[in-house]
Amino acid sequence: MIDNKKFVAIVQATAKRIEDEKDFLTELDNAIGDGDHGINLARGFAAVEKKLPELAEKDLGAILKGIGMALVSNVGGASGPLYGTAYMKAGAALKGKTEMTPEDFAAAFDAAIGGVQMRGKAHEGEKTMLDAQMPACKAYKEALAAGKDMKAAVHEAVEAARKGVEYTKTILATKGRASYLGERSIGHQDPGATSSLMILEEFEKAL
Amino acid sequence: MVGIVIVSHSQRLAEGVVEIAKMMAPEARIAAAGGLEDGTAGTSFDRILAACEAVDAGDGVAVLMDMGSAVMTTEMVVEALEDHAVRMLDAPLVEGAVLAAVEAQAGTSLDGIEAKIHEARDVKKLA
Repeated sequence: MIDNKKFVAIVQATAKRIEDEKDFLTELDNAIGDGDHGINLARGFAAVEKKLPELAEKDLGAILKGIGMALVSNVGGASGPLYGTAYMKAGAALKGKTEMTPEDFAAAFDAAIGGVQMRGKAHEGEKTMLDAQMPACKAYKEALAAGKDMKAAVHEAVEAARKGVEYTKTILATKGRASYLGERSIGHQDPGATSSLMILEEFEKAL
Repeated sequence: MVGIVIVSHSQRLAEGVVEIAKMMAPEARIAAAGGLEDGTAGTSFDRILAACEAVDAGDGVAVLMDMGSAVMTTEMVVEALEDHAVRMLDAPLVEGAVLAAVEAQAGTSLDGIEAKIHEARDVKKLA
């Protein structure tokens, strides 16, 4: 079970991780994109961190919505509307809740992915953040169904996301800036899938 | 008069497109929403929102975008401004901006501008 206090701590850890990894994410994006993923996402999460004190006492739905809005307003690249929509949709799924059960997390994760698909008009296998998120969500739900607890299920999700990131190295980008590179995008891992893996890893560490 | 907003990752590109559109339609209500607050490249939700509000005189707003996050961020602005008639138009940025500005200045409605833009999508530069 994750209450709002714990969730705020997870978001703080996520913001720190993104700040620490911003050069690495930008380097990945330099190879196949417009080279702004790390800088943009770090700016977005810095704005999120600043906003957390005023969100901390609210319910999980309101916290997630606030995070999403801060990302949309401050990122400045495609990851702003994509992660912003993901957090806002997750917030809508947890509206009014002050605690998140393992099942709530599955519902929020599903809603977040639905938001990314809607906003990006993207599918799995196009070398995007979905290639980390979708296998992760599937693995999480399968682990829960198999009777595992939340910590073990999130671990499965992280492993699946890691495999997803590796998979993005082998495929052609057909969405976003990287699609302009055509076959030259093969061999590079997707920056968005990588940042999604980092977000999940921070979630796992906190459990 | 329908307002027009040009969204680009680059402030200079957005302003340049406005400049070209104004050559044909100096009276058009057209605003540039390019780049981020700190002057770097990117698309700013707040800038696009402010530009849409600034050019809306009650007849709606047509928005033209460059690519990627410009489209997605504008989509979120459209959702946030649900009480304004803000519509994204799918067109080459420069040609679309000139056409939309000329039509807007002539008093064409938002529906009319959208129809014109769709008609003009197959126009070739090298006939």
